[in-house]
Amino acid sequence: MNAPLPLTDAPAEAAAQITSLPDDGPAKISARNVSVFYGAKRAIDDVSIDVPNDYVTAFIGPSGCGKSTFLRSLNRMNDTIANARVEGEILIDGQDIYRSGMDVVQLRARVGMVFQKPNPFPKSIYENIAYGPRIHGLTTSKSELDGIVETSLQRAGLWDEVKDRLTDSGTALSGGQQQRLCIARAIAVDPEVILMDEPCSALDPIATARIEELIDELRGRYAIVIVTHSMQQAARVSQRTAFFHMGKIVEYGTTSDIFTNPREERTKDYITGRYG
Amino acid sequence: MSPAILLLLAFGLGLVGWLAARSRAWAFRAKTPDARLHSLPSFHAWYVALWIAVPALVFALVWNAVSPALITAHVLADPAAAALPGFGFEREAMLAQARAVAEGKAFGVFMPEAEGLIAPYRVALARYESIGLIVTILVALAGGAFAFLRLKPDFTARTRVERAVMSLLLIASLVAILTTAGIIISLVFETVRFFGMVSPIDFLFGTHWAPDPMSTGAVDGKQFGAIPLFWGTIYIGAIIAMLVAIPLGLMSAIYLTQYASSTVRKVIKPLLEILAGVPTVVYGYFAALTVAPAVRDFAQGIGISSASTESAVAAGLVMGVMIIPFVSSMADDSIAAVPDALRDGSLAMGATRAETIRKVLVPAALPGIVAGIMLAVSRAIGETMIVVMAAGASANLTANPFQSMTTVTFQIVAMLTGEGSFDHPATLSAFALGMVLFLVTLALNFIALRVVKRYREAYE
Repeated sequence: MNAPLPLTDAPAEAAAQITSLPDDGPAKISARNVSVFYGAKRAIDDVSIDVPNDYVTAFIGPSGCGKSTFLRSLNRMNDTIANARVEGEILIDGQDIYRSGMDVVQLRARVGMVFQKPNPFPKSIYENIAYGPRIHGLTTSKSELDGIVETSLQRAGLWDEVKDRLTDSGTALSGGQQQRLCIARAIAVDPEVILMDEPCSALDPIATARIEELIDELRGRYAIVIVTHSMQQAARVSQRTAFFHMGKIVEYGTTSDIFTNPREERTKDYITGRYG
Repeated sequence: MSPAILLLLAFGLGLVGWLAARSRAWAFRAKTPDARLHSLPSFHAWYVALWIAVPALVFALVWNAVSPALITAHVLADPAAAALPGFGFEREAMLAQARAVAEGKAFGVFMPEAEGLIAPYRVALARYESIGLIVTILVALAGGAFAFLRLKPDFTARTRVERAVMSLLLIASLVAILTTAGIIISLVFETVRFFGMVSPIDFLFGTHWAPDPMSTGAVDGKQFGAIPLFWGTIYIGAIIAMLVAIPLGLMSAIYLTQYASSTVRKVIKPLLEILAGVPTVVYGYFAALTVAPAVRDFAQGIGISSASTESAVAAGLVMGVMIIPFVSSMADDSIAAVPDALRDGSLAMGATRAETIRKVLVPAALPGIVAGIMLAVSRAIGETMIVVMAAGASANLTANPFQSMTTVTFQIVAMLTGEGSFDHPATLSAFALGMVLFLVTLALNFIALRVVKRYREAYE
């Protein structure tokens, strides 16, 4: 990755909330004073955060706190919602993704996404993976495409299970396999960031454990942001955690700090299960 | 027995039974205040009322069906009937005349032989009418008494009435099915009669269609080759009309589901559906008066001198416009039924909207779209008014869309409204054509419904 400008001076930043952690190096994604509106309703209120490149960052918080909304603004998926509006600045490698002239097609090729419910296309396993490389013209030959399909499935830990039935429909796989297929599909276009929106909420514990292992394997290769309802999951897979509440980030820090030594009372209440 | 009197009788007795049963049920309750009735008094009341009205009405229906035969038998046993001719049309006419006079519907008879039958008819009518009336009342009373005597505090009237309601609903739903069956049966009889005169092979594979409704003597099967009609029907309804309706319907559905803002959608969708509500005869005017001359002028302009005023392309174009709503609303529904998760998944991969539509949404919605197209085809090939007004009557077997052509539906109309007698093969051919049309549209609808069903299951 090319070295972005370090963001040192965050203007008008409230002293209470830490936006960026000192030893994280240059941020992969920096959000500054981001607010997201659905019509007149403010779902995200003045959020600023630096997401590091080499770690898994977890967004936790009670339902309706805006963590998924914020995640979706990082690859401009909120554009697909008719009355959604984003204010503030979101920089990826120092470039504002909401500037005019920004191409969302290229942005989404760099920032992949995995959804809450596995959503493989009703096509073959092979075609599911080949979808991204085809639309972005990443390959010039069939063998090259075959290679991408194989690598992506291997990285997603699915290759051994499906290599003999690549022509079967992606929707015929089990829920956990479908979700790994979706991760493989996201990996296939070689993104820099992978956003995961509660990727295990529709899966059983065994499939969840498999996905968590996978997230750990993918760390370092991609900047990963995961939204989760499960605090155990956040504690297991992430190194950085941001606690969202009522559209704001209440606290951001290393995962171990947030879970063992939270500075804010509300964070403590949430992680000890007093509410949420 | 007039139906009005019968109904009044059944309802009157039913009402009496209803009131009696209700007061009896109330009496149970009054007698033993601690014991609870199994059913509310009104259920007891309905139970008795149904037992009065239903058997009486059923008997009356049966009696109405069999009593004419009994009356005729009675009259024929009279000595005056000996003067009647043995069989045939005249005999029937005389009986009918005598009967009409006896019933007071006519004032005199034209045939002297019928004169003597009037008196026996009067006697027979009066006798069977009073028998019918008395037995109906007896049946009603017997049913009522049977039901009334069964009433007890713990009698399960509620379950029985509920069951009767269920059968009523079942009968209501059977009416449509039985009507369809009746249509098929009546078509089958006439079709069989037609195929008794013209060989099915001549009909289904012959290429010359020129039935002469006035011809007499031996039937020439070579006149009944229906291939030009089938070709005209398919060419206009399934080819030209679909070339118009599929692209326009699909594109409008894609625009409405994927691009239009909700305000635009709210305006355009109802407007599009208005197209489906325009009477086809109005489309017919439009096709015949506006489109057909324009098509002819255009064809002659580009040097096709054979272009006629009535042309397959004029009828097909207008028919295509007519069925746009069928294609677009089915496509609209099935594209909208594709889960948003798939669309989001594709967009999140960096696919453009057009790529998402082409590679994910339309393939996923394809079964529904195909089903919509099949329904539209079956609608188009059954369409009559537009082709009557714009396509012409000549059975040409040609691929030139600027020539006049004729369709199955047009020929059905032409043959049935023609001058020929009813049992002439030309007239009967209408039923054979109708049978073919019915079977084809039935098959298309059946396939379409199967496809839609499979597709619904895929996402649930």
